Amino acid sequence: MADTYTIISPENLVYKKTDLLLDNVMHYCPGCSHGTVHKLIAEVIDEMGIQESTIGIAPVGCSVLAYNYIDIDWQEAAHGRAPALATAVKRLMPDKIVFSYQGDGDLAAIGTAETIHACNRGENIVMVFINNGIYGMTGGQMAPTTLPGMPASTCPTGRDVKRDGNPLKITELLAQLPGTCFVTRHSVHTPGNVRKTKKALRKAFENQLANKGTSLVEVVSTCSSGWKMTPVQSNKWMEENMLPYYPLGDIKDE
Amino acid sequence: MAKAKGAIVVDTVTCKGCNICVSACPTQVIKLADQVNGKGYHYAYMANPDACTGCSNCAIMCPDTCITVYRVKQTSAEPTIH
Amino acid sequence: MRELKLMKGNEAIAQAAIRCGADGYFGYPITPQSEIMETLMAEAPWDTTGMVVLQAESEIASINMVYGGAGCGKKVMTSSSSPGISLMQEGLTYLAGSELPCVVVNVVRGGPGLGTIQPAQSDYFQAVKGGGHGDYKLITLAPASVQEMADFVEIAFDLAFKYRNPAMILSDGVIGQMMEKVELAEQKPRWTMEYIEKNHTWATTGKKKGQERRVITSVQLESSVQEEFNFKLQAKYREIEKNEVLYEKIMCDDAEYLFVAYGSSARICQKAIEIARSKGIKAGMLRPITLYPFPIQQLQELAKQVKGMLSVEMSAGQMVEDVRLAVNGKVPVEHYGRFGGTIHSPNEVVEALEQKLIGG
Repeated sequence: MADTYTIISPENLVYKKTDLLLDNVMHYCPGCSHGTVHKLIAEVIDEMGIQESTIGIAPVGCSVLAYNYIDIDWQEAAHGRAPALATAVKRLMPDKIVFSYQGDGDLAAIGTAETIHACNRGENIVMVFINNGIYGMTGGQMAPTTLPGMPASTCPTGRDVKRDGNPLKITELLAQLPGTCFVTRHSVHTPGNVRKTKKALRKAFENQLANKGTSLVEVVSTCSSGWKMTPVQSNKWMEENMLPYYPLGDIKDE
Repeated sequence: MAKAKGAIVVDTVTCKGCNICVSACPTQVIKLADQVNGKGYHYAYMANPDACTGCSNCAIMCPDTCITVYRVKQTSAEPTIH
Repeated sequence: MRELKLMKGNEAIAQAAIRCGADGYFGYPITPQSEIMETLMAEAPWDTTGMVVLQAESEIASINMVYGGAGCGKKVMTSSSSPGISLMQEGLTYLAGSELPCVVVNVVRGGPGLGTIQPAQSDYFQAVKGGGHGDYKLITLAPASVQEMADFVEIAFDLAFKYRNPAMILSDGVIGQMMEKVELAEQKPRWTMEYIEKNHTWATTGKKKGQERRVITSVQLESSVQEEFNFKLQAKYREIEKNEVLYEKIMCDDAEYLFVAYGSSARICQKAIEIARSKGIKAGMLRPITLYPFPIQQLQELAKQVKGMLSVEMSAGQMVEDVRLAVNGKVPVEHYGRFGGTIHSPNEVVEALEQKLIGG
């Protein structure tokens, strides 16, 4: 057995940052789930060897600059329109791999129509859906997925379902559509969940290679700045509050 | 005390001190430093290197992917009982 | 072999799109232009040229599909009519902000609001002044015949790709719906991926080894960089204004009064010129073919010659502002036009000329 200094040598390397993640320091707040999911997508693209054929569609929201972090071609969409862009990119270049990366405001509020119709047409794309129940970029406003009673800057005393409506379980809704082949919900708040999320992402991309239709991977995520908690507290809060409403696991797998 | 089987290297420049690696480590290897990096974050470091098993939990959880993990493969230096 | 056919302006747009080698059309039905997508669907070009045709869930989705396709360096287009074009304004400013080429056809109907399905020319401002937010321009072509509906599709694509900017074909319900003979161009092949990769080095076609990744975006958080980008856009627009003005002069040589009219109003003014001349009024017409860039210089020249100009448009008076800016007070400039879906007659136009400018 060796001491720390002799362990740190190339032959013992078991985990390092994938080359597909660029060296740009992420603009995300400390502990933000976006970084973890970006990493997983980069690793999946790297491991599948599809860097040269993959085109990502970035949203509006905190991950508007996602294209600064993964070393592939990207298009940056208007708010909510990523599925429309992805539809055209895939239909015009069917041999490319296309995925959209969208937050809850983007995918489940302003872009609901584009989301539902892309899924309903069964566009052969991957949609990655980050659900942290809040608008992070604009400073913590209520999202379509904000939980009842959960405070946000536009519902400071908590979401009142009588006033604000109910949180939208859009993932369950999309699973109803015949165009989706794989609809699944994950999280990245524990190492085990990170591994499961990565597996789901890999499966989603493989589905596209197999021309199976739309795969949607929701990642229930944290927003420690918006939630006004530490990242570790956020993970705990998410587990106790978000996951009962947004239970993890496959909703549809055909 | 058990001898280390693993080790991590933290990119202290990129680390944002979010503490997620600290909570993810099953053997309490990592702590946040008293010092701060150029951005003012208390960066993560191996406070208890002997306990590191090289499991990579910290690294795969790290949102900024600033942890590299090493793990000793089984060697002849460690006798195996059959 | 060129073919001569009788068809609607809208059908001509569709036929021309296929024949010029367009890669994709994304649209949503709206009167009076639905024949464009109907013709494309009936022609099924995916079986012949490989062109993608898709009916989207909304104009918002259509224009964003255009954005996605244009970002791949493909020849993509959409069409709609006024209320639908209003919905597309967000997408258009993103396309301009990302410097993406595409063609958008607006077969204009009367507004505001849901308005009427009858023809109008009241979307002039929206087309030539930008339409969405931010400082940008759309290259705007105004066809006045079914033949021009067909011909302008390829011209619009050429200009769009030359300048990496959206181009609009600003038509109206008259030109879209009427039938005329049209000579269609020969079928051109679609661009190959090799051609696109070689010539559109900005397009997201997948990051090749040793190649920088390509990003299509309009976001720039650094205001000084965004200002620089705006300077670049403005320089591009000055180039377009210098190089791409298209117009037609009719009976201008001895003209004392000038109609300025585009699209179907220009057709009406041709008859009005005849009527005016039969009354001894030496009338002529400048027909802007590009509304942006606007034939400013030509109007300035004509202002030295004529006694007055009448901007004839099926609107409450939109292009008239640009005519006035161009002549800068040199001669009187008035507007005449019926609007809200009503079409002026040649006699009404001549009467307006007499009343507003000649003082008859």
